[in-house]
Amino acid sequence: MTGLAEKTPGAVSRAVFRICPTTGLKVNSQADALIKAHAVVATVSLLVGGIAAIGVLLTRWQAVHLLPAEWFYRILTIHGMSMLIFFIIFFEMAVLYFASAVLLNSRVATPKLGWAAFGLMVLGAVMTEVEMWRGKADVLFTSYVPLRASPAYYLGIILFAVGALVTVCIFFGTLVVARREKTYRGSVPLVTFGAMTAAIIAVITLGHGAAIYIPTFLWSIGVIGNVDPEMYRMVWWALGHSSQQINVAAMVSIWYLLGALTVGAVVLNEKISRTAFVLYILFISMASAHHLLVDPGFGPAWKVWNTSYAMYLAVLASMVHGFTVPAGMEVGQRLRGFGKGLFEWLRKAPWGDPGFSSLVFSVVVFGFVGGITGVTFGTEQINIIAHNTLRIPGHFHATVVSGTAMAFMGLTYYVIPLIFRKQVAFWPLAKIQPYLFAIGMLVFSMAMTFAGTFGVPRRHWDISFTDAPFDVQFSPAVALLIGVMALGGLLAAAGGGIYILVTVWSVFFGKPLVAGAVTGVPQGISSPPRYLPETVKTIEDENRSAWGMAPGTMVLVFVFLAAFVTYYFVNWKLLAALWRIH
Amino acid sequence: MNTGIQAPPGIWWKPAHRSEKVWVGIAFAWCMVLFAMMPLWHLKGEQNPAGLRYKVDPQRYMERTQEFITAYQVGEDNGIPVVAPPPGSEVYLVGMMWRWTPVLKLQKGATYRLHLSSMDVNHGFSLYPINANFQVVPGYDYGLKVTPTETGDLRIVCNEFCGIGHHMMVGRVIVEDSAAAPAVPAAPANGGAE
Repeated sequence: MTGLAEKTPGAVSRAVFRICPTTGLKVNSQADALIKAHAVVATVSLLVGGIAAIGVLLTRWQAVHLLPAEWFYRILTIHGMSMLIFFIIFFEMAVLYFASAVLLNSRVATPKLGWAAFGLMVLGAVMTEVEMWRGKADVLFTSYVPLRASPAYYLGIILFAVGALVTVCIFFGTLVVARREKTYRGSVPLVTFGAMTAAIIAVITLGHGAAIYIPTFLWSIGVIGNVDPEMYRMVWWALGHSSQQINVAAMVSIWYLLGALTVGAVVLNEKISRTAFVLYILFISMASAHHLLVDPGFGPAWKVWNTSYAMYLAVLASMVHGFTVPAGMEVGQRLRGFGKGLFEWLRKAPWGDPGFSSLVFSVVVFGFVGGITGVTFGTEQINIIAHNTLRIPGHFHATVVSGTAMAFMGLTYYVIPLIFRKQVAFWPLAKIQPYLFAIGMLVFSMAMTFAGTFGVPRRHWDISFTDAPFDVQFSPAVALLIGVMALGGLLAAAGGGIYILVTVWSVFFGKPLVAGAVTGVPQGISSPPRYLPETVKTIEDENRSAWGMAPGTMVLVFVFLAAFVTYYFVNWKLLAALWRIH
Repeated sequence: MNTGIQAPPGIWWKPAHRSEKVWVGIAFAWCMVLFAMMPLWHLKGEQNPAGLRYKVDPQRYMERTQEFITAYQVGEDNGIPVVAPPPGSEVYLVGMMWRWTPVLKLQKGATYRLHLSSMDVNHGFSLYPINANFQVVPGYDYGLKVTPTETGDLRIVCNEFCGIGHHMMVGRVIVEDSAAAPAVPAAPANGGAE
């Protein structure tokens, strides 16, 4: 303790802060710089992954069939790694610095180590990218053994993961520093709590990553003779799926964050929301099983228990957030005076604020499309009619793209003025960007999901099967659905392109933020949400009604439940039409 | 009340409003329905991916498949043997870069133990057009008891990436009415390998 007491004042005096004029938060200069660096690399990764996405899309669209087989699988590998690993994790590391140092008015625990970790992540990412582009790792994102990539490919991922793990540890360190230096009062904000759950899941996930990539790396250089293919699938997916649960926890935290910034969303009940986050930590790593439901290595009891996250307790958590997030927004809006009827809070919402529209699309598409399909396909028996068909990428583009990436994009429109202190460039384009991206991705993922119900395989270069010994005649509906998928995908790609243009231009060539600016600044910053004093009392009155403070959301969640129940049982009906299989 | 970016003051462990409790209760009940459906389908349903599951040496599996082909071969299609096993028999299908062997002739309404395994890398068994999908893992035998319920000329599409020739990997399964099916040779005394 004494050692720390001597060190701490020195560290504090060295740390440089500025006061954010919008939020009143004390922003540490190192946190500022680290957030910027991670955000820039995340955007570069998004660009690489996005270019790959267009290659994949235009090849799967049989009418164009752009790339030869070899390049298709190469580009598909690059698309997966650049998006799901590099883009998302770099962005999440920025979120961790934001949720710890910025939201808690604290310095960063060990900024130098933070830069070293960042350097390691960049090095690893570059190594892996180089190997993929050179054609030394045409093994797809999952790299199932005994498919073999070059040792440098695996080593790059290991270095990246070590860097990420160090950054996560710095996040925990910053929480401790903030607590010891009393930079905030009471408990950490809910957003920080959510980010903390994401960080804990990240530790679990990266541990599994080490457990599988290190032996696979040793196997690739010949030290280990054999990696069991089924064991590989199980442990790899404890990385591959659990890392998506980092995304879920980070995304839900951003929902609460954007809700607060855009409409002054309140936390209805801290206990409920925090307990839901804890449920993620406890159960979400079991989701590895979602990928092993029709595998020969596991029995029904194992599959049922694990695929359901121990009786769907992590699904419960998402259903809770799916209520508390919009309900908090509804109450925030009602407090601002938009309280008439069930839905005035939605009609009078700041739809021109790209942070807000992104938030709404993220919640709605993640829940209605991503969530419902995910739980349904993750049912042990229903997986028979979903495994490795286009239904699976249809599902996860609705979760990780329409949900997570959309939320990240929405947050970016606030990060540009708050952290980079620039105006958002091309403001009219920025305002329509969430609409283009969300509608495009929605059309894309739904068309893909429906095409999958016809048995169209995922990860496939040529579904016209020209070179195969037997012909496969898909229903004409498939060609139509693939065409619709392509149009949706191109629309989303346009939205993604605008996002990259806007962010890069704002950051490098944008006008500095000036007080009172209206254009180029989201409404949550130009006129931050303020509650009307008289509404607070009214809300307290409504609190006594059976529908609670958020009756509009109550209606919406029951619409959601109805959609969920319908889709779920329709799939059982489809399954029942199959051969008898035991 | 505070937002999600403000530190909640004081003690925040407070009872939730009734409306929130109602939703949590309904969501929890739905989760229990979701959970109950899976064991229930094992008891009452006709489609369960349980099967027999064990580790197998790929060479040994290939030998069994060869024995199976030799015992019941009825022809050849595109250079791939066509096999018509008797109802109730052990059926062996092998996936390898980049074909499925053999072509299977099954009878509607008859039950078979369909074994799936791979000689090299992971493959995906996707039966088209009925859309039944199973993972085929080298070193593991997945023995599913299957009963075709309709006649038809089906395809086995590989739906797990298995290298550059992945898109060429298509197999064939023919399901015929038991009356229309040609007489099949009697099962050998050992009834296949098991």
